[in-house]
Amino acid sequence: MEFGPILRSLARNKTGAVLIALQIAFTMTVVVNAYFIIGDRQARMQRPSGVAEETLFHLGSAGYTTNYDAVGSLAQDLQLLRSTPGVVDAVAVNQIPLDSSGWSSGAKTAPGNEHQSVPTAMYMGDHRTVATFGLKLVAGRDFTEADVRDRVPNMRGWPDKLMVTQALAAQLWPDEAPQAVLGRSVYIGDEAPATVIAVIEKLQAPWSGWSQVEQSVLVPEKLLWPSVNYMVRTEPGQRDALMPLVEEALATSNTQRIVSAPESMDDTRKRSYALDAGVSRILTVVMVLLVAITALGVIGLVSFSVRRRVKQIGTRRALGATRADIRRYFLLENFIITSVGLVMGAALTVGFNMWTVSALGFPKIDLAYVAGGMLLLWVVGLLAALGPAQRACAIAPAVATRTV
Amino acid sequence: MLAYYFRLAARSIRANWLVSTLMILAVGVGIGACMTIVTVNYLMGKDPIPAKSAQLFAVQLDSWSPDEPANDDGSPPDQLTYMDAAALLQAAAAPRQVAMMQTAFVLQPDDAQTRPFPLTGRAASADFFSMFDVPFLYGQPWSADTEASGQQVAVLTRESNEKIFGGIDSVGRTIRLSGRVFTVVGVLDTWRPMPRYYDVTNSPFGEPEEVMVPFQLHRALQLPRRGNTNCWQPVGDEDADAIYRSECVFTQFWVELPTTEARQAYAAFLDGYVEAQKAAGRFARPLNNRLSDVNQWLKDQKVVDENARMMLGVAVMFLVVCLLNTIGLLLAKFVGKAPEIGLRRALGASRSTLFAQYLVESVTVGALGGLLGLLLTWFGLLGVEMLFGNLVRGLVRLDGVMVGTALLLAIFASVLAGLYPTWRACSVQPAAQLKSQ
Repeated sequence: MEFGPILRSLARNKTGAVLIALQIAFTMTVVVNAYFIIGDRQARMQRPSGVAEETLFHLGSAGYTTNYDAVGSLAQDLQLLRSTPGVVDAVAVNQIPLDSSGWSSGAKTAPGNEHQSVPTAMYMGDHRTVATFGLKLVAGRDFTEADVRDRVPNMRGWPDKLMVTQALAAQLWPDEAPQAVLGRSVYIGDEAPATVIAVIEKLQAPWSGWSQVEQSVLVPEKLLWPSVNYMVRTEPGQRDALMPLVEEALATSNTQRIVSAPESMDDTRKRSYALDAGVSRILTVVMVLLVAITALGVIGLVSFSVRRRVKQIGTRRALGATRADIRRYFLLENFIITSVGLVMGAALTVGFNMWTVSALGFPKIDLAYVAGGMLLLWVVGLLAALGPAQRACAIAPAVATRTV
Repeated sequence: MLAYYFRLAARSIRANWLVSTLMILAVGVGIGACMTIVTVNYLMGKDPIPAKSAQLFAVQLDSWSPDEPANDDGSPPDQLTYMDAAALLQAAAAPRQVAMMQTAFVLQPDDAQTRPFPLTGRAASADFFSMFDVPFLYGQPWSADTEASGQQVAVLTRESNEKIFGGIDSVGRTIRLSGRVFTVVGVLDTWRPMPRYYDVTNSPFGEPEEVMVPFQLHRALQLPRRGNTNCWQPVGDEDADAIYRSECVFTQFWVELPTTEARQAYAAFLDGYVEAQKAAGRFARPLNNRLSDVNQWLKDQKVVDENARMMLGVAVMFLVVCLLNTIGLLLAKFVGKAPEIGLRRALGASRSTLFAQYLVESVTVGALGGLLGLLLTWFGLLGVEMLFGNLVRGLVRLDGVMVGTALLLAIFASVLAGLYPTWRACSVQPAAQLKSQ
């Protein structure tokens, strides 16, 4: 191995080496951080919402006249929705998972200001909500019609029974099994307490970017408001055909209100995570482009160093070096430069991640990503250097004698 | 001479077309990626009203719970309670002030054939239009007297006037909104503040609301609330008016304070107001009023998304890699010219002449890369718009400033990238090169 000569020669001609090393360092920083961020976003996007998304769609109904009959409209709409062929069930709720607008409140296990409350999304819907949403209960029983109370506009307070998600239960009563929290009291915003009658496996809040997105409460209420959301569960495969029909039927059945365009839960999910998906795509393009550009740069600079040493290569060949020796020289030289770049890159990668953690609140990087990035760029660097190195060993020994 | 250098540059670029193409591509892609992200950041964070941004102040009062701050960093809530906004409006302690909130309407067309459709709305006091320099196409804002009299008047945007009246001068016409009749007093000209600084709580990159009505009508008619509402304690009573008497925050309040003295006087007035409220049993938290001018407000409210800031970091590194690449390629290219340079030096060309000549070549490559970069930026912005859809609608556009910046950046970057290789090329020893010819 000719480490010594390589290092001495690099020390005399630093420019090209420094350029490659710097390129590799910055490329590694971007690629590793981008890959890590993409992975983080993908994991967020794949979290289940807890509802049967593939058979659900939702649409809004907003009564606008000053004497709007909210009670009659609700009964009529639900009757219409539930009797539509292909519709399994439908409920009126105040908010939709991942839909980006809704209610939140604070829940606590004891009254009074001295107790810290846990933030939670507040879902309101009647006794058919669990079945329509397709929620899974890990403990307790579903609401019955008798549990449901009417909720009129501007009403305060909450029903005396509610359900909590597993995540919320774990916040309120750490280390307790779901079965154990049944019958416990929950105080929502300093109102009279309500009893937990069931624990929901999963029901995400309307805000996908919220750090407490898994914390939700469902209360049994019939919404007698002029504005409600209808969540509609259809037979498998019939949803997309039903959406325009249902919209038209609701819009023509009552002209005292406007019906908002129906949206499938799949589209709601897409809309909710549009930013994450977009960021992931941009970063993917950036990663690919950058690796390609760096590979081209390595090819260019290795070619440059080969061209400058044509005579020396010829001399070495004339003195007995084999083609393999020449190839190995250039590959080894490139390996050393790449390694220096990757060591700088590792420091820069962690530095950039530290900035995103402290300034932007991003998660901390796993060092395995750094190792993976180094491995990838070593391979890319070697492959890129292979072509020019091949050309170097094609130089004939005669070149050495030609111009002296 | 310069024209001759350009001809030489063109010849050299053609002669080494592969390396030259690579260089132009590298500069172009680097500039394109960088400028796409920089443009998005620039538009997100740029001063939306440069002429007045230092005179317009968002007001914050800390009316929050005695037990915990409104925000983790201890800052007061971003909006005011209705009571406080109405009281500050009534006091009129600033030359101009506006209290406002989001609402929504349903427009009921006169002919029964057309279905009613929703319109976004804002209830704002009369100074809104003069404070924020809102341009009018037809008519004018409602007056303070009109506002006080409780008349049902409305101002439309150019777009909503197009939608409702087909773009005619609709001043004096009436519209039926959610079961009530309003008279149109004005129509705005095209107005799209970006970001929508006057209300960043609710969609900072959204469009201005389609119908504007006087602030006090919101309570008088109990119009719906559409913006963010935050409460630290229950509303209290169960009547429809209770929310206006509650500690819930859903109202924005801005003041125009042209001078530092006016600002100090207003800050003192706010302190006095809060002290008086404290005496009356409200405002249990320590005195924590804030007056933030437009740019401070955009910064405090973190209008530039953290994703955009991360992307900016990535884009800058991307550009650095592209430039390092270009330096490397130029080096490689100029080394190939060493014999030619040696010959010319021996024939009497001075170093500065050669330096100028090769710099012209670098700049030409940079300018071509810059043009390519601009084209790529344009595609990049289209891509961003496609990816993010409504989140950034109207946000992504190239303006003159950005086009100029991109070109300058490209040329600056390529000159920077070209300097070292050019210098290396020019320091060729003529003798060394001639010897081996």
